Amino acid sequence: MTATEPVDTTSDTGAPTRRITVTVNGERRVAEVEPRLLLAHLLRQGLALTGTHVGCDTTNCGACTVLYDGAPVKSCTMLAVQADGHEVTTVEGLGTPSELDPVQEGFVAEHGLQCGFCTPGMMLAARALLNRNPDPSEDEIRWGLSGNLCRCTGYQNIVKAVRWAAEKEAQ
Amino acid sequence: MYPSRFRYEAPRTLDEALALLAEHGDEAKILAGGQSLVPMMKLRFAAPGVLVDINGVQGLAYHQEVPGGGLRVGALCRHVDLEHSAILPGAQPTMAAAAPLVADPIVRTRGTLVGSLCHADPQGDWASVMLALDGAVVAASPRGLRTIPVGEFVVGTFQNALEQDEIAVEAVVPAAQGTRSGSYLKLERRVGDFATAGVAVALESDGGRVVRAGIALTGVGPATIAAVDAQQALLGSSLEPDVVERAAELAAAVARPRTDHRGTADYKRHVVATFVRRILTAERAPAGAAA
Ligand SMILES: Cc1cc2nc3c(=O)[nH]c(=O)nc-3n(C[C@H](O)[C@H](O)[C@H](O)COP(=O)(O)OP(=O)(O)OC[C@H]3O[C@@H](n4cnc5c(N)ncnc54)[C@H](O)[C@@H]3O)c2cc1C
Ligand code: FES
Ligand code: FES
Repeated sequence: MTATEPVDTTSDTGAPTRRITVTVNGERRVAEVEPRLLLAHLLRQGLALTGTHVGCDTTNCGACTVLYDGAPVKSCTMLAVQADGHEVTTVEGLGTPSELDPVQEGFVAEHGLQCGFCTPGMMLAARALLNRNPDPSEDEIRWGLSGNLCRCTGYQNIVKAVRWAAEKEAQ
Repeated sequence: MYPSRFRYEAPRTLDEALALLAEHGDEAKILAGGQSLVPMMKLRFAAPGVLVDINGVQGLAYHQEVPGGGLRVGALCRHVDLEHSAILPGAQPTMAAAAPLVADPIVRTRGTLVGSLCHADPQGDWASVMLALDGAVVAASPRGLRTIPVGEFVVGTFQNALEQDEIAVEAVVPAAQGTRSGSYLKLERRVGDFATAGVAVALESDGGRVVRAGIALTGVGPATIAAVDAQQALLGSSLEPDVVERAAELAAAVARPRTDHRGTADYKRHVVATFVRRILTAERAPAGAAA
């Protein structure tokens, strides 16, 4: 775990800020934030982790899904200050290029993406689903991912990708 | 989109949270799951000066059976905890049926039952369920605790009965007078959407006769609606087909739906009658028996 330089996400408005410490993808990060800064913005702008996408910005699409202490949350609907003292996993922390998470491998193997916009959120939601239920049926996958919308409507292959990951992990 | 500026407080105890409400009055708002409040703040429909985040308050994340019957649901019990509850399927069939139908799986990670009651959205599923179960909200303030029946707690569209200095600490379901049965049905345009119409039915029966009935309607009026006449019609019955039909008609008659993007008023009223009929007919047919 490495500590990095504090990130200042505030503009020079003189608005009160808070210093928060968040473990992002296993790394301790310190940031100076205004309370109204959303977690999605801390990740994207503050920490340059642009794998977390903002789609609808109204809590509907799930593109901004990250894991918060292991549970999937819509990061456009949480305040960055709420992550103080907590752990956040973004798609950047799901696997590494040389060692992908089985969910990521599944998306490759089954062509689980088209434009890719929904993909980070889908994969984190899928990861959370498999952590809770390692052998989900097709129906359970569809329900489990129903908080994530794919505007390319590539659901068929997304479901297959999650099944692929479940089967790999069962081996 | 982002909210307008506010001061952020994260109390660790209920007393600290209450002190903050006492200090800031109507400037302050409680943040629970944030799944209604944060979107409203981003859209600037809400702009509290002080946000009191209770997520760090210890001892509120529970749901448990009360010795002697009944259930208590703490203010930080999330929808997901109820969805995966080991207690609800046997003890609270109406709640068990509703839990997986509230919002979507990611929203359910954060959102709370108590927060949903406080939000008092006529489209909120839990308010109907708790109204049908004759539930109540327990509110804490510097003056102590008071218990408010859900029927009096939800006073209108997005309006609850809390005083400015009160925090809802738990929701409670009273003990059943007989064997509990019931369900929740919800029509949604797509998974995760608010109800086009929803119906909660909670029955208590003794010796095959209904001794208490609760029927409440979601999304078909300016607030959650108790179908009192329909409830009355079921008392003493064994859910005979003519009784079921009468209850379905009476429930549809108290619905006050509006025609909107989710459907016409007539259609929604029709859905209410259909759902009441479906739930009661299924309850009449013992599990496993041919209907
Ligand atoms: C995409 C989406 C779909 C949804 N679909 C549905 C649906 O189908 N059915 C449904 O019922 N809901 C739905 N919801 C709403 C969701 O269930 C919310 O979780 C719920 O309405 C509010 O609970 P919360 O804990 O998130 O409260 P918050 O958003 O934190 O608070 C809501 C309000 O209640 C007040 N409050 C909260 N807790 C307390 C307390 N303990 N004491 C005093 N005041 C309090 C807050 O100050 C605020 O005014 C949906 C939300 C989203 C974003
Ligand atoms: S961007 Fe957060 S849910 Fe769509
Ligand atoms: S792949 Fe394009 S939004 Fe899902």
